[in-house]
Amino acid sequence: MGKTVPEGGFRLCTKSHEEVAEKEYADYSYAREIAGRFLANKGAAVSLVIIATIVVMAIIAPMVSSYAYDDVQTQYNNLPPRIPGLEQVGIFDGTSDGVNLYAQKGASDQYHLFGTDSLGRDIWTRVWSGTRISLTIALWAVIIDVFIGVAYGLVSGYFGGKVDIVLQRITEVLSSIPQLVIVTLMLVVMKPGLENIIVALIITGWIDMSRIVRAQVLRLKSQEFVLAARTLGVSAWGIIFREILPNTLAQIIVTFMFSIPNAIFLEAFLAFVGLGVPAPLASLGSMINDGYKSAMTYPYMVVAPVVVLAILMLGFNLFADGLRDAIDPDAQ
Amino acid sequence: MKKYVAKRLVISVMTLLIILFVLFLMLSFMPGSPFNNEEKMSPDQITQLKAYYGLDKPVLERFVIYVLNMLHGDFGVSYSIQTNMPIAQMIGGRLAITVGIGLEAGVLGALVGLILGVIAALRRHTAWDSAATVIAVLGVSLPSFVFALGLSYFLGYRLKLFPILFDTSAPLSSSVLPVIALSMFTLASVERYTRSEMVSVMESDYMMLAQSKGLPKAKLVINHALRNTLISVITVLAPLLVNLMTGSLVIEKIFSIPGLGSLYITAIQSNDYNVVLAISFIYSVIFILTMLLVDILYGVIDPRIRLAGGRD
Repeated sequence: MGKTVPEGGFRLCTKSHEEVAEKEYADYSYAREIAGRFLANKGAAVSLVIIATIVVMAIIAPMVSSYAYDDVQTQYNNLPPRIPGLEQVGIFDGTSDGVNLYAQKGASDQYHLFGTDSLGRDIWTRVWSGTRISLTIALWAVIIDVFIGVAYGLVSGYFGGKVDIVLQRITEVLSSIPQLVIVTLMLVVMKPGLENIIVALIITGWIDMSRIVRAQVLRLKSQEFVLAARTLGVSAWGIIFREILPNTLAQIIVTFMFSIPNAIFLEAFLAFVGLGVPAPLASLGSMINDGYKSAMTYPYMVVAPVVVLAILMLGFNLFADGLRDAIDPDAQ
Repeated sequence: MKKYVAKRLVISVMTLLIILFVLFLMLSFMPGSPFNNEEKMSPDQITQLKAYYGLDKPVLERFVIYVLNMLHGDFGVSYSIQTNMPIAQMIGGRLAITVGIGLEAGVLGALVGLILGVIAALRRHTAWDSAATVIAVLGVSLPSFVFALGLSYFLGYRLKLFPILFDTSAPLSSSVLPVIALSMFTLASVERYTRSEMVSVMESDYMMLAQSKGLPKAKLVINHALRNTLISVITVLAPLLVNLMTGSLVIEKIFSIPGLGSLYITAIQSNDYNVVLAISFIYSVIFILTMLLVDILYGVIDPRIRLAGGRD
């Protein structure tokens, strides 16, 4: 299924090859090529919008909300969602079984977009500040993972020999302890807090990155351009940072993107088994942990954080998928 | 082959010992005390209790004693959940439940995933393919508790098709929802992987040769394509197992299943470190055993790996 013959048949090319190349491909950088392929992928383009929206909401919503995430108002607890505008249509009007709970509790002037929890805290504000905490934990953990993993992989792959053997045995032992066990034990020993959760996620998180970088280095270091650099007398570190590292960047970015949803999930999982950020701080996982107990009576308490978490993870996964396909179209 | 298996076995046992030692060290630094009501006890009583449980000895000595006891199936006793109850006894029945549900979910996920993947690969760029892709993306992206909560709310609470909580007197019907929720990730990953492998196998030269010899389509798919696809699908089993383990903790909590995971959570929250140690170790054993099995299986299926001295 090639392109059909253009109307009026083919025309003789009047430009020289150089001219065509100059015009068509001159500004066509590698990054732009990837961006073009990425945006052409529907799922990837949508994921970009999803992630951007959630990140903006996580930053702005808690700031402009008229409630704080730890505002306890026990007299207004367990209120269902009430959204201005939509309440005229009859949905999200703050009623439950025909009773307007807002009127009953004397809160007719209040609008809690996602309702309130058992302590009367505004779920809308908590969900977005929770998203902020989940994202912060995941991003810090993954960024530090990149530095450790890349350094480890570069050294292990480039120097090879005894260094490689020792380093690889270490990762082998580390990765044969289930991540679940390491992460929970770390938090049992250190007691959960923002920094400790990040540290626990890093302990095993960097291994994947180091493996991928090492494999790339092994592939690259026997190629001619590295040999050429070595012949010219470039030092080992020069070759590693100036020749090899730039060529592994694409892989590093893809792995980085895939690690983010993974870290978000692990954080949520930890919160769910009771090793999350300490109250009154909220992360998406700890809100799900609080809400699921009353999921049958007050489903809205757990629905909001679950939906945001689900969309966030879906977004990052689609983004990473799209990026991988854009960088390496043959891999599909 | 025997030499290869023996070598792998020795490495696995060594790794397990190292892991056990690391876990042991970590837990000996754990803050807090495993005893209930420590603040109400006199220093004498605490020293006495420590001596009774052997906690006054140095870490290395305790480690050796622990390993020796463990070889006899003795994991020590629980300190605070059920005082002085042997852990082996606490774990026994729970292990069976957890492994049972994990296996059911694994098998269900792998089978359905394989079938969906094959369908998607054979009917490429059709509605079947798109549907399978959507399932795959959702299954890989969404954590198991999203499925668990959704299933228990809609199928359990609203439609009342299945019980919401696990019931030991009706293990079959009450494990339907947890098994489905737990299997989603396996299903999605196997589906994804099968599809991409199958597509590349179908386009390979030997498939064209087999086709040109006039083999019927069914035989072509089952004997040639599927077999070659399966080889690579086996490699993704190990990470899936990890997910089943983490998933089981969450699922057991949501459906209140009396398994290993829920005991693990209780033990973590009550500082019962003998129980934490024992269960962590059991998780590591399951993990390493599966890795070993996958490696050996791989060596059996694809002799090239064995000759090269193992997968790197």
